[in-house]
Amino acid sequence: MIRSTHLPLLVTLATFVLAYALCASQYPAMLSLRVVANLLTDNAFLGIVAVGMTFVILSGGIDLSVGSVIAFTGVFLAVILRDTSIHPLAAFALVLVITATFGAAMGAIIHYLEMPAFIVTLAGMFLARGAAYVLSTDSVPITHEFYNTLQQIYWKTASGGRFRLIGGVMILTFIVGALVAHRTRFGQNVYALGGGGTTARLMGVPLASTTIGIYAISGGLAGLSGIVFSLYTSAGYSLATVGVELDAIAAVVIGGTLLTGGYGFVAGTFFGILIMGLIQTYIVFDGSLSSWWTKIVIGGLLFAFILLQKGLTWASTARRKAATGFVTPS
Amino acid sequence: MTDTPRPVLHAKGISKFFPGTVALDNVDLTLHAGEIHALLGENGAGKSTLIKCLTGVYRRDGGEILLDGTSVDPKSTHHSQMLGIGTVYQEVNLLPNLTVAENLYLGRQPMRGPFVDRRKMNADAAVSLRGFGINVDPTQPLFSYSVAIQQVVAIARAVEMSGKVLILDEPTASLDHDEVQLLFGVIRRLKTRGLAVVFITHFLDQVFDICDSATVLRNGQVVGRRDLAETTRNDVISLMLGRQLAARVRAPAPAVGGRTLLQIESLQKTGMLDPFTLDLHEGEVVGLAGLLGSGRTETANLIFGAVKADQGRLRLRGQDIQVRNPRDAVAHGFALCPEDRKTEGIVGDLSVRDNIVLALQARQGWMRPVPRKKIDAIAQHYVRTLDIRLANLDMPIRLLSGGNQQKALLARWLATDPDVLILDEPTRGIDIGAHAEIIALIGRLQQDGMALLVASSEMEELVAYANRVVVLRDRRQVGELVGEDVTADNIVRAIAADPVSAAVA
Repeated sequence: MIRSTHLPLLVTLATFVLAYALCASQYPAMLSLRVVANLLTDNAFLGIVAVGMTFVILSGGIDLSVGSVIAFTGVFLAVILRDTSIHPLAAFALVLVITATFGAAMGAIIHYLEMPAFIVTLAGMFLARGAAYVLSTDSVPITHEFYNTLQQIYWKTASGGRFRLIGGVMILTFIVGALVAHRTRFGQNVYALGGGGTTARLMGVPLASTTIGIYAISGGLAGLSGIVFSLYTSAGYSLATVGVELDAIAAVVIGGTLLTGGYGFVAGTFFGILIMGLIQTYIVFDGSLSSWWTKIVIGGLLFAFILLQKGLTWASTARRKAATGFVTPS
Repeated sequence: MTDTPRPVLHAKGISKFFPGTVALDNVDLTLHAGEIHALLGENGAGKSTLIKCLTGVYRRDGGEILLDGTSVDPKSTHHSQMLGIGTVYQEVNLLPNLTVAENLYLGRQPMRGPFVDRRKMNADAAVSLRGFGINVDPTQPLFSYSVAIQQVVAIARAVEMSGKVLILDEPTASLDHDEVQLLFGVIRRLKTRGLAVVFITHFLDQVFDICDSATVLRNGQVVGRRDLAETTRNDVISLMLGRQLAARVRAPAPAVGGRTLLQIESLQKTGMLDPFTLDLHEGEVVGLAGLLGSGRTETANLIFGAVKADQGRLRLRGQDIQVRNPRDAVAHGFALCPEDRKTEGIVGDLSVRDNIVLALQARQGWMRPVPRKKIDAIAQHYVRTLDIRLANLDMPIRLLSGGNQQKALLARWLATDPDVLILDEPTRGIDIGAHAEIIALIGRLQQDGMALLVASSEMEELVAYANRVVVLRDRRQVGELVGEDVTADNIVRAIAADPVSAAVA
């Protein structure tokens, strides 16, 4: 029997398969492994940050700071590699600690000051973007040879497609993210928080550590995404990745996660990312369409998924009412 | 009751004060293993305050809680659960988005390495729930099951985590007959396991059906502890409603020559009220008596149009009138002071002045503002005549005491000069002094020729001001007492007459 909580995930999956079939029927070349490999490479940074966003949204929150954190990470890496002799791996570790701590601090403010996540992470968005500007207003190229080494790591298929390292990092992030969300106590607490904070507290869920952990994950994954983005572009630029937080939210929602929290799957977000990437690829193949059509299609998909979620909510409450019968109003 | 010498739970002399009121006054509660104990009392008697003190939601201001003979001091619901006192509320406190098994084991999942052992968790959950007499698929989300099943899951969680005392706070309020039986089956199993169960409900049939003993609270005090096998319903109801003042005060006779003002014919709404018929005369106070959930509030709301009736006719001075919503009712000269003052009555942050003039302004419509001078005159008039105690008219009404809020609400409706005044529990939660004043005011309004319909759970109060009392039971009109017959004894008898066939929610 198909659970109703699985339905949005299945709809996402069906949407992806249908969209891919449509694309392939028009441009059979889109079926090639080369396209698939590029889909993964081009969307690696977005996918990684969307995993963090999935945790945040599952818990009923939102994190608007991630786009800025990605830009900050890129600029930070570029500047530190240009001005010091630190090894990139050490710089990676350093920036991950900084971004995770930044996320944890936002989580702590959200929990202890009982502030809406929207406002707190909006402040975080401006802070991180500002910090990136302070480091450098120009695009700073990264020329360290270790970067070249990392960029040369790929698995080449017979047809000439290249599965690069950063695509692998994204897939690994999704696998680990899914395990944490669905197979650990922490993951259960995230869902519990999304189901209802007051009830979760009454059931003994440690709200403080869970909330802080969720935003630390989101911040840390934004840092990882920033590292991947700097590998992808070989540069750090403070004006980069503006609005990526919104793309991430869109991917999570198209992936079937309920925006109010409590329902959804990390795997759904993966297909959300692929659907968004697929639309872009289609437009590239078409050649004549403006790239803004991507936004229009994503907007339409978002509306469709919001309607679907609303419909499912209605259906389930209607069913519950039937089971409950009349409730004493006293 | 068992012969266990030492009770599982013994609360001694529990007291709790809130600003201006004594919520609990030296309350004792004793529970033995394998005992199902009912905690009875009307709204505001102190049941939920007592429960909250036992489970650490409130800190008690006095008294001692002994659990298995040792003194405990629960600081939070979670802490009290760790100590052994589990609670299940009317609204199920579980997470509908998680599966049954996840709810049952949240925070204490069986682990294998760093991961939750889902297979074991689901298997354990199925076994555990079968032990409670229900057979469900624990991998399904909780929201796909009925409230009764959710209740049982909540009980299972509470019992597995606490295991000594289980408090059930109105668990049956939203269940139908079969679901209640399912729940009772579960509770009886717990009894044989030696758990002490506290059962709170407004349905007396259920109390006599399942409980061994009962403690009755009234106005924050224990008015009696009874072994239910040796107690009658009458006895319990009189304990709950009280009858001390019964003989002392009498309602003044209706104003002479009171003409029929309002005729209510077969007013009904499915699931809320069976057909209700009543003639109301000028200068008459009619009381509505019944236990909680008997349909008192529903009757008041239906007449006022706050809830739309399915059927029925209203005639005012012989003319048919349509009351589809409170606006219509106000236009015809009706007024209703609702039971829940805080959510349905006052607008907490508005000034006392604005609150008093609200209904009058609403009747006039927003196009014709009441002149400021007139507002002041009205507000000051009622502050004086009703003796509302306040610093000034501009203070937010939420800062007033309960009694003064109630008087300001009365002023709001009196300012519209109504013909029919409906009061729902006018004296709930207010101090003794204001209580007497409101009763006196009801008498004055009656002498002025107003027709009043007053719903109340306080019997001696009804006896004090009502010329007639309509008795409701299970949302049905079951009797009417007139004049000399209006006594606390008679009301109790009418409420208790022939036990109702099993409770229907």
